[in-house]
Formats: sequence, structure tokens, C-alpha cells
Amino acid sequence: MNTNLVDLIYLISAVFFVLGIKGLTKPKTAVRGNMLSAIGMLIAVVITLLDKSIVSYEYIIAGVLVGGVVGGLVATKIQMTSMPQMIAMLNGCGGGASLGLAAASYLLTSGSGGYESGALGIMAVGFVMITVLIGSVTLTGSLVAFAKLQELISGQSIGFAGIKFLNAALFISAITLLGMLCFDPTNTALFWALIAVSCTLGITIVLPIGGADMPVVIALLNSYSGIAAAAAGFIMGNTVLIVSGSLVGASGLILTQIMCVAMNRSLTNVLFGVMAEGSEAIDADEIYAGKVKSAQAEEIAMILETARRVVIVPGFGMAMAQAQHAVRELSDVLQENGTEVEFAIHPVAGRMPGHMNVLLAEAEVPYDQLVEMDRINPTFEQTDVAIVIGANDVTNPMAREDKGSPIYGMPILHVDKAQTVVVIKRSLSPGFAGLPNPLFAMDNTLMVYGDGKKAVVDITAALVSA
Amino acid sequence: MEMIVMQLALFVLSLFLGVELITKVPPTLHTPLMSGTNAISGITLVGALIAAGAGDSASGLVHGLGFIAVVMATVNVIGGYLVTNRMLAMFKRKN
Repeated sequence: MNTNLVDLIYLISAVFFVLGIKGLTKPKTAVRGNMLSAIGMLIAVVITLLDKSIVSYEYIIAGVLVGGVVGGLVATKIQMTSMPQMIAMLNGCGGGASLGLAAASYLLTSGSGGYESGALGIMAVGFVMITVLIGSVTLTGSLVAFAKLQELISGQSIGFAGIKFLNAALFISAITLLGMLCFDPTNTALFWALIAVSCTLGITIVLPIGGADMPVVIALLNSYSGIAAAAAGFIMGNTVLIVSGSLVGASGLILTQIMCVAMNRSLTNVLFGVMAEGSEAIDADEIYAGKVKSAQAEEIAMILETARRVVIVPGFGMAMAQAQHAVRELSDVLQENGTEVEFAIHPVAGRMPGHMNVLLAEAEVPYDQLVEMDRINPTFEQTDVAIVIGANDVTNPMAREDKGSPIYGMPILHVDKAQTVVVIKRSLSPGFAGLPNPLFAMDNTLMVYGDGKKAVVDITAALVSA
Repeated sequence: MEMIVMQLALFVLSLFLGVELITKVPPTLHTPLMSGTNAISGITLVGALIAAGAGDSASGLVHGLGFIAVVMATVNVIGGYLVTNRMLAMFKRKN
């Protein structure tokens, strides 16, 4: 087929992708947007298969069958609470596909005459090696992220003090190997060394990142998978790969940026640093001693009965306890009672961008009841009851008031301004930041200890029978 | 050489277009956005198809790598679009 025609049809695919992402800007048009994007993909795949450069189909058919069955099964069976793992897996597949493609292309070219000399040849090899580097890091980094989220390994930070120096050394070695390969492209030993170093780098970058920092890593790996696809596009001289890869890369970068701002930390700080050190150790006992009040479900129900406005603040604990349906029922009962109910969503609540929104959407909470931090914060003063379920650091008033605190400056939900604060939590244990939360010891705070789901169900039952 | 410069231009402009588009996506849809863009990055399938279908002149290793690339890219495409659709349907349901 004429290459110009193929490129023109690829352009049509790219337009579908752009329209697809545009559809995602509103919940109403999002489903249609996703369909448009899928149509764009179908067009690109069909035209590639019809193109004359494909001569053997057996590996393609086998690969599409295996990938299709795996992808289809996982996508239809996976629970919404496991969505962060799903995204990590998809990121990894994106990186792996680019790596496989780059390696195949390299071996094919070096097996049939090698790269031409001069600037063009150097650039061609360079693109392959950049794809290999980014693809490998994305692949192994995502595998580690997946293992952490699935709790195959500890979800907390794993590593040692000097790990950032190891990472720096690995990165410098990778760049050196990349440079050497540009001038000595036939040296396959260097090529395999580059793959090994890059794969190790992916592991050692993600291992020390844990807990509440996971949204940043997920978003960043999402970006890498796009950049790897774009780099692969340069290898193949394929425009649709370049365009869609860079769209995805930009998307991941913006999400990464949003997550970092929401934690008041820079990307380098998340990737290479630990949490900032506080000026002095904060004694949890001193903050909590004699001031923490706990309550039973019945007492909470009595307060809720007369409340006019209730704001529910979900965190990762809600996902852990699978409490989203119970929370929806509580919200329904409150609304039948004439109470106004809204949900306050902190950008980094959960383990990936938008985690809480997906869970609450699964429980059929209408999306206009989910309110972003900036819009809900001014309303806490007019809120009778704020119910915090499984969230900790994102409600810690120290971020606003205590200049010496390591989380000072992080944007938080001002739940402490509500008339009454109900905190549902298993114990007084600290969150990811390792800090005590003065919110728990405030005069207007009531702690409900126990499993999130059971506590919410109990409160709802007490409210119904009241 | 002109080809590469043109491709670089395409890359940079697409990055800007991406930034403009994505900043308009509301936080509520950030998870479906990630899975949806994952599906789009499965576009490497196009390149993987070419690598896997390279014919008999290629070595077994090339075919093997091409096969792996096709599998992973297909997981991305099929898994990505299906799971995004599942999530978005939940957002649509009540409205």
C-alpha cells in the first residue's frame, strides 16, 4: 500500500485519539470519548495489518489472542478497589511493549547490514536505546509498584540510606552505555548491558517509594509509558505512535504535577528524598493524653439525626475496608432524613489519582456530590458533622498551623472547622507521614474505633432505628 | 534528516496539545483518564505488529521479542479500553 495513504489513515486515528481525550473532560461525554479512541485504535491496527511490510502472521495472531484474552479477563473481573494495581499493570505492559519492539527492531537491523554511518545512523540507534531505557524502567518499575499495591511485598518504603547514590550510579551507567552504543551499534554485549542496567534502575527507583506517595509513582510511570511509545514512534518513523505517545506522556506528567502540588512536595523530593525532617520529635502521647474522646455508633447517630449538613471525607482506609457501599447507604439514609450530604475528595486520597471517585462511583454516589478540596474547604464552617473515614494526614491541622512540622504547607481538608468531627479509625496509629494528628484530640472530635465498614453500618442502623 | 525534524515538531506540538487537553479533565475522571491513556499507549501494537510480522529473514529472538511486544500491547489496548468503559459506565449511571 502507498505509504502516504497509510500515513494519512494514521492521521485519522490520531484525530480520534484527540477527540477521545477531549470527551473525557466531562462525565457525560466520557463513554463516547472512550469509544472514539477505541475506534481510532481499530483503524490504526487494521491499516497496519493491511500494509505490505507484514509478511508473516502466525506470531501476530498468537500474540493478539494471548494478549486479548488476558486483557479482557483482567479488565472484566478486576474489583474496583484493585484499580491501582490494574493501572500499574497496564503501565508496565506499555513499557514492556516498547522495550520488546525496540529490541526486536535493533536485532533486526543489526542482523541485516546494521545501521548506516553518520548522523542519521547515530540518531536511529539513539532512538532505539532511549526507548530501551525508558521502556525497561517503566516495565520493572511498574512491576514493583504492582507488587507493593497487591501487598506481595511491603507497601512501605524499602531501601537503605545510600539508595539514591546507587540510582544515580545506575542512571549514569545507562546514559554512558547509551552513548557508547550510538558510536558502536554492533556491540550487542553493550546492548544487553543497557537492558540489565535500566531494568535494575526501574526496581531501585520504585522500591524506596511507599504508601501515600504511590499516586505520584503511578502517574509518573503512566507518563513514562507514553514517552516510551513516542520514542518507539521515532524508531519506526511512525507518526501515530509519536502523536499518541506524547499525548499520554503529557497526561501522566500533568497528573504527576497535580499529585506533587497536593502533597506540597517536589517530584525530586518524592523520588529521591524521604519525608522532610521535623525540627523536633513530636510526642504523640503529649498530644493525645486525656483529650481523645471516643463514642459509640448510637451517640453518633443522635448527632447525625439533627445535622443539616454532613461532609464525608474518605481516605485509603475506606478502600481497605471495602466500605464504599456502606458509606453510600449512610449517605442515602441521611438524605432521606433531609440532611445535605457531600463528599470531600483530597487529590491524593487513596493510592492513585481519582481513586476515591472511582470507588464512590462504583457505589453509585452521583459524581456531583463528590467535591474537590478547593471548593469544599470554605464550606466546613457551615458543616454540622464531618465524618472522616480512613483518612489521616490529609486532615492533619499541623499542615496549616505548625511551622516546624514536616507536612507544614501541605494543602489539607479543613475538617476541624466543622461543628463536630467524627473520625472512624482502627486506632490512633499515625498515617504515612508518621505524625500524630491533633485533630483526634480536639474538643469537637469524636473517635469511633473499629473496622470502617462495620462502624458505618452500625451508625446507619442506629440512625434508621432512631 | 528533514523527516526527523518534522517528527520532532510533531512530538513537541502533541505534548502541548496533550497539556491543553488534559488540564481540562476533572479530578473525578483521573483514574479513567489514566486507564484510557494506557489504552492509547497500546498504540505500540502498531509497531509491534510490524516487528512480529517481519518474516523468515528474522531470527527466532526477533520473533520472540515481537511476540512479547504484541502480547503486552494487546493487553494494554483490550484491557485499557474495557476497564475504562466499565468505570465510565459507573459514572454515567446515575445521571
